[in-house]
Amino acid sequence: MATVKFEDISYTYNKNTPYAATALSDINITVSGNGITGLIGHTGSGKSTLVQMINGLIKPTSGKVYIDGVDIWAEPKKIRNVRFKAGLVMQYPEHQLFAETVEEDIAFGPRNMGLSGDALKERIMEAVRFSGLSPELLSKSPFELSGGQKRRVALAGVMAMGPEILILDEPAAGLDPGGRRDILGKIKSYARESGTCVIIVSHSMEDMAMYCDDLIVMAGGKVIMHAPTAEVFTHSEKLLSVGLDVPQITKIAVALGRNGIDIGEDIYTVGFAAERLLGKEK
Amino acid sequence: MKQDIAFGQYCEGESPLHRLDPRIKIVITVLVIVTIFLAKSVSSFILLTAFTVGLVLLSGISPRIVLGSLKPLGFIIVFTAVINIFWMTGETPLFELGFIRIYPEGLINAALIILRIMLLLTATSMFLTYTTTPIALTDGLEQLLAPLKKLRVPVHEFSMMMTIALRFIPTLMEETEKIMNAQKARGADFTEGSLISRAKALIPILIPLFISSFRRADELATAMECRCYTGGEGRTRMNILRTTAKDWLFTAAVAALGVGIVLLNMYLPLYSLSM
Repeated sequence: MATVKFEDISYTYNKNTPYAATALSDINITVSGNGITGLIGHTGSGKSTLVQMINGLIKPTSGKVYIDGVDIWAEPKKIRNVRFKAGLVMQYPEHQLFAETVEEDIAFGPRNMGLSGDALKERIMEAVRFSGLSPELLSKSPFELSGGQKRRVALAGVMAMGPEILILDEPAAGLDPGGRRDILGKIKSYARESGTCVIIVSHSMEDMAMYCDDLIVMAGGKVIMHAPTAEVFTHSEKLLSVGLDVPQITKIAVALGRNGIDIGEDIYTVGFAAERLLGKEK
Repeated sequence: MKQDIAFGQYCEGESPLHRLDPRIKIVITVLVIVTIFLAKSVSSFILLTAFTVGLVLLSGISPRIVLGSLKPLGFIIVFTAVINIFWMTGETPLFELGFIRIYPEGLINAALIILRIMLLLTATSMFLTYTTTPIALTDGLEQLLAPLKKLRVPVHEFSMMMTIALRFIPTLMEETEKIMNAQKARGADFTEGSLISRAKALIPILIPLFISSFRRADELATAMECRCYTGGEGRTRMNILRTTAKDWLFTAAVAALGVGIVLLNMYLPLYSLSM
């Protein structure tokens, strides 16, 4: 089981220029185990910078990033190996498709890892299965596909590398509700079946409430909370003060409590609320 | 990556140079280029260098930025220097080794030509890129070329294309960086291997970049049409350019500089560049 540990991380953009800006400071967190960790925060709170440090796309100005106890910058020349271990799916990953066929595009990552032949084929098929693509799409051009399908191809391209840590930056942004549910559901079952440590960055509190086990809350380049989802959403005041929100259903639960129907403030999914309410009636 | 594009970047400021009329700046730039090419003698180069240094000081832009922007020219500078040092012949060689003969004339020539390249770049970018926003620049160009409209040259369309092209340079840089990062995340390697394998490694960047550029162009065209853009015909402007006494004073000063250079070449050359 993979563990990511951030130790005293800070990062300054354009250091030593008049445009210097601090993006991160004093980050000390450990993300481990299976299950999904959500990373939430206002635009510009440093989420994207932080996730890009896990696979070494951004080198911290100071501090260390450890994966399974190994400092990833111990050997800067071998940073590629870190990228094979920690797969990152960036925002709008479908904009990075380039190959002639879907299969070729998915094969790009594993091929860079040195895989070929049957092993490669196997990886591709596994990723295709996980991402919910139909196998007949493999020979098509990725540019003929619909938006949702392209997103899935891009996801499969990273999953095919078999990362131990999978990081997704807004995996469901710009998709219709059906597509959202589908993609996030696929990621959840992938996390469960493969035992991968999954980290999702998103702005949608509803999605995070539905799919994440733990949440990390960031504001102004700092981590202000790191706790199980239910606990995080009980701090609605704190979340609102940093420009975030709580799921609608949590607000309803709080309002109900204020009006004499106390079902607890740790409610963050509709199903959970229904259970509590019905349970109360009996 | 962003640090590399200091050359050609607008630096905000309030200096007299910033406030010059862009049309005048374009005219002055042409004058300055002609003047720099007229300079042949050491004395005229001294005057030109003083003028350029004066410009930098006047613009209020940090000399470090200006010098830093010359860095990408390193190769051209070295190349020119080598050609001049080895090709120039004079009377008495300074140094001889086999078939290599280096003459003092060659050294001076090389120094002057390098100086000319540096002055050319610094002086023109002082007037144009550093102190003029791209929009003002294309606006000025459009108005300077307006008479060509009578000859059915689509001046407005050209300047609009230029504005758009300039506008999208930073966007494109950002996009390139993003795509590079995405492919790096999939294990792409752009720094190792032979020249051919490195060129091949660029394909995963170039194709998405092309596609996104087309998409962006399409979106921009739609957005412009939504705002009823129909081209230059009947279009009015928000900022009407007016020249002031300062503008003409500057032009006169640069013209005087040109005359000064020619006079120095003729009467006080000290040493003249041989072509």
